Amino acid sequence: MIDRDEVLHVARLARLQLSEQEVQAMTGELSAVLDHIAKIGELDLDNVSPTSHVVEVTGALRPDEPVASLTREVALAQAPAVSGDGFLVPSPQA
Amino acid sequence: MSAAAVEYEPVIGLEIHVQLATRTKMFCGCELSFGDPPNTHTCPVCLGLPGSLPVANARAVHFGLMIGMALGCELAPRSIFHRKNYFYPDLPKGYQISQYDEPLCSGGHLGDVRIHRVHLEEDAAKLVHVGASGRIHGSDASIVDFNRGGTPLAEIVTEPDLRSGEQAREWLTLLRTTLRQLGVSDVNMEEGSLRCDANISVRPVGTQALGVKTELKNMNSFRFIERGIRAEVSRQQKLLGEGGQVVQETLHFDPASERITSLRSKEEAHDYRYFPEPDLLPVAIEQAMLEEARAAMPELPAARAQRLEQEVGLSSDSAHQLAFRADLGDYFEAALSAKVDPAPPAQALANWVAGDLVGRLGGDDGEGAGGGAGGDPNHSRVQASALAALVGLVSAKRISVGAGRQVLDRLVAEGGDPLAIVQSEGLEAMDGGEDLSAIVAAALTANADAAERVRGGNAKAIGPIIGHVMRETKGRADGGEVTRLVNEQLGL
Amino acid sequence: MNNTDIFDLSSAQAVAAIDAGTLSSGELFDAYRARASNDELNCFTWLAEQAPKDATTPPSQSPLNGVPLAVKDLFCTEGVPSQSGSRILEGYRPPYTATAVARLEEAGATLLGKTNQDEFAMGSSTENSAYGPVRNPWDPERVPGGSSGGSAAAVAAGLAPWALGTDTGGSIRQPAALCGIVGLKPTYGAVSRYGMIAFASSLDQAGPLTRDVTDAALMLRHMVGRDPRDATSLQFPEEVSLPSAERLDGVRLGVPQELTGEGIEGGVLEAFQATLARAEELGAQVHSVQLPHAPHALSAYYILAPAECSSNLARFDGVRYGARAQDAHDLLDMYTRTRHDGFGAEVKRRIMLGTYALSSGYYDAYYGRAQRVRTKIAEDFKAAFAEVDLIVTPTAPTVAFRLGEKTADPWSMYLNDYCTVPMSLAGIPAISIPCGLSEGLPVGFQIAGPVFSENRLLDAAYALEQVLGFDGSPARVSGAGGPA
Ligand SMILES: [Mg+2]
Ligand SMILES: [Zn+2]
Repeated sequence: MIDRDEVLHVARLARLQLSEQEVQAMTGELSAVLDHIAKIGELDLDNVSPTSHVVEVTGALRPDEPVASLTREVALAQAPAVSGDGFLVPSPQA
Repeated sequence: MSAAAVEYEPVIGLEIHVQLATRTKMFCGCELSFGDPPNTHTCPVCLGLPGSLPVANARAVHFGLMIGMALGCELAPRSIFHRKNYFYPDLPKGYQISQYDEPLCSGGHLGDVRIHRVHLEEDAAKLVHVGASGRIHGSDASIVDFNRGGTPLAEIVTEPDLRSGEQAREWLTLLRTTLRQLGVSDVNMEEGSLRCDANISVRPVGTQALGVKTELKNMNSFRFIERGIRAEVSRQQKLLGEGGQVVQETLHFDPASERITSLRSKEEAHDYRYFPEPDLLPVAIEQAMLEEARAAMPELPAARAQRLEQEVGLSSDSAHQLAFRADLGDYFEAALSAKVDPAPPAQALANWVAGDLVGRLGGDDGEGAGGGAGGDPNHSRVQASALAALVGLVSAKRISVGAGRQVLDRLVAEGGDPLAIVQSEGLEAMDGGEDLSAIVAAALTANADAAERVRGGNAKAIGPIIGHVMRETKGRADGGEVTRLVNEQLGL
Repeated sequence: MNNTDIFDLSSAQAVAAIDAGTLSSGELFDAYRARASNDELNCFTWLAEQAPKDATTPPSQSPLNGVPLAVKDLFCTEGVPSQSGSRILEGYRPPYTATAVARLEEAGATLLGKTNQDEFAMGSSTENSAYGPVRNPWDPERVPGGSSGGSAAAVAAGLAPWALGTDTGGSIRQPAALCGIVGLKPTYGAVSRYGMIAFASSLDQAGPLTRDVTDAALMLRHMVGRDPRDATSLQFPEEVSLPSAERLDGVRLGVPQELTGEGIEGGVLEAFQATLARAEELGAQVHSVQLPHAPHALSAYYILAPAECSSNLARFDGVRYGARAQDAHDLLDMYTRTRHDGFGAEVKRRIMLGTYALSSGYYDAYYGRAQRVRTKIAEDFKAAFAEVDLIVTPTAPTVAFRLGEKTADPWSMYLNDYCTVPMSLAGIPAISIPCGLSEGLPVGFQIAGPVFSENRLLDAAYALEQVLGFDGSPARVSGAGGPA
């Protein structure tokens, strides 16, 4: 179960605006999915270690050697808003 | 009345972000840059383009291990990168790759401050606020430059072992010297390669429990850190003394006004939703990596101080002074090993390096650009061997201290060979023979009042007499010899 | 060679025909380009205008001889739209090409087009695309499965000789099953993920969608290998060989009770059992095995995958690329409206679910537990592979369902992945081959093996394919080239 307030809190964490209709739909749908998922709560997993990676190797570091960067034109090419030589955004200080 | 009687003790911990001096970024091959045109050092990885993947920089791990070794940390055989999730325009992926519950290094200490942990992470990009001039849709705008984004950082977190702003500043100086000695960072606050936040609380003296702490952010010089901590400590002490309560918050110290302001944002408390970075496998520290890091370890300031004290025979103060400023230590050791005759005694040489020479070079506290490169004797005109020769001459009383200082002035200005300067200027010390005796006698006559007071037991009154002799001899007279003659002629 | 003959060729056969000089790569490309441009199933989101110059005269070093390749939209292709089925990436043209695509191109494949998919690979029906749903060539009123539905339908309908897809919880195998073609999810790490627009990083894996098993092996051969740009990629321990097995003598096939009973449609189960019987005729021994935690795989998956996706999709913030909401009055407004407008309903649902599962106070109950279930599932497989060589199940619990049939109830849609998700969580390879029809619609037979057992999987799949003799031509006839 997830309630309306939690949905709004999570939406804010995820930077998702939800319409009133979406909030209602989301509350019901997520609750239903969480009900199914809750079944893993019944398993005894006390002495089980978590798996983050199925790949049983480690390391894979990169040598500290430069590779070519993108040109600024290419870096900025897909940006919705640019100003001169950078990406333009509404100020976080505003 | 009883509240006012409580004395509050500051409890301070530091979080230091150090940019590592690798060639490339933490997770991509873009070259690090400082001051290059914006957005010219980016790639799909550090721009967070869809589909790109991080791969950790081996040298950043190597530097992390060296830092861990220098701070006596326990090095994790297997450490894990996590994602720290939050939205900000300087964070291209919407998360920072950092380390969380399994950092590269934990525990350890530097001096008498315990280290909590050292971990690796990536730096954010640079946001330039363009204010009203760059408004978009009626609101102020910022411009993002991703050149810095992804620079490797070591985050060093101390235990709350510091008790004053002054102590914090001294300790940071030691840390910076240590890091510079390791060669893992430029450790330059002005360029942002060393950044420090302080966690500050106070508690009644004699108690152990920690008070509510505040976090003082982004202080950009050691002086400001000292002053900021002092200001915040007194703010908290005053608040508690008046029966108030400290609120946990992030603060900003304005060095111009000495004012502390809250940085509390409109956002609710952060929930970073850390989880293991699925794009990176755990970092396993193999024996070879440990050996490589160990082999790269230079002598560190604490060890150097001990060696200078115990093996070279310097006073504890001198040993620390030279060891904690590596440029002075290096210069001193070069001078000490110079083949000069007569050879200078180590302690005298140390005094000249840390005193007269640094004073003349405008030696700062190591705070300025390049950490006091302005006062770095290695970059001065005074060859280490020249200073050794000079101090040798002074110690052998071949020239007086005053003459030695004159020679040093010349060396600082022009460089050159001290002996040649001594000879061309005729600065050889006068021996204690007739000439000096006569000049002392004349000085006593000219300063009869002072002579009388010295005779009356006021040793300090000798100043004007010695000054007279030095003027007459152009400083060539040996101060000790002059004093001896004064006392002798006054029948003392 | 006339066009009808061209479309009868598998990719491997086309390669051979070009080698023999009876077909040119230009001819082949043009034939498919013409057919794909008449795409009534909505398989493609972008089509190449023409083959690149060198594709008409492939260098002798290019073993794939210029054979055209359809590529799922989420693979970044330099200068070519790569939108991952999302509004938020409409018109996005990346400055680089994904390693898997680049390797296939280096081997001589020619990019034919980008295929439609569920938005950010989240879905099992390809109805969650901002560019409209894909239809199943066996019945245009039905879904092709997903999320690689465009790739699967294009191959089944003969609009492309083969296609590249990705599989996170079944997104290659399930659409392959529903469209009556072959789909292979390799061992996690066998193929580089660099340039694949991520859904769930610890599960995503690229693989082939092909008309037959030989083509799957041929494509896989040119995809695998360690990529220094993907830290989780691995060196494939041997060459991927073209399958040749005719028998299954001594091969122990394990049938997990948990994935072959309740919840599997009757017709699907029948086709599965019939295929097991054919396997026994070929000499295989069929054993019952247990995967006790498999019934919990879906729950674990629907925590882990959304958790990773919630983080992977945080980069779509309207700053560096993609759509941005207009006239935002501040940064927060820009973020929240950009993401509201740019993401579809299922993507939002999973971002919400994943954010919730990772959020303070819920991590241990959801994400932490799911990681432990994952450990148990991997252990279940290890134990089973101590007794049998391969594990077989139906690929999907049902045949292709009608458009709109499951969109209202997310969990009913998620159940499509019931048989495929356990292998994804364990990181092991699995292949789906068409094994017959139920109600006139294809049924998939899934074969899974231990890590890096691809060659054995392909051999077993090939041996079965020969005796099953599945006929995919109805889809190729109805799927394209004008009204069915
Ligand atoms: Mg940090
Ligand atoms: Zn980069």
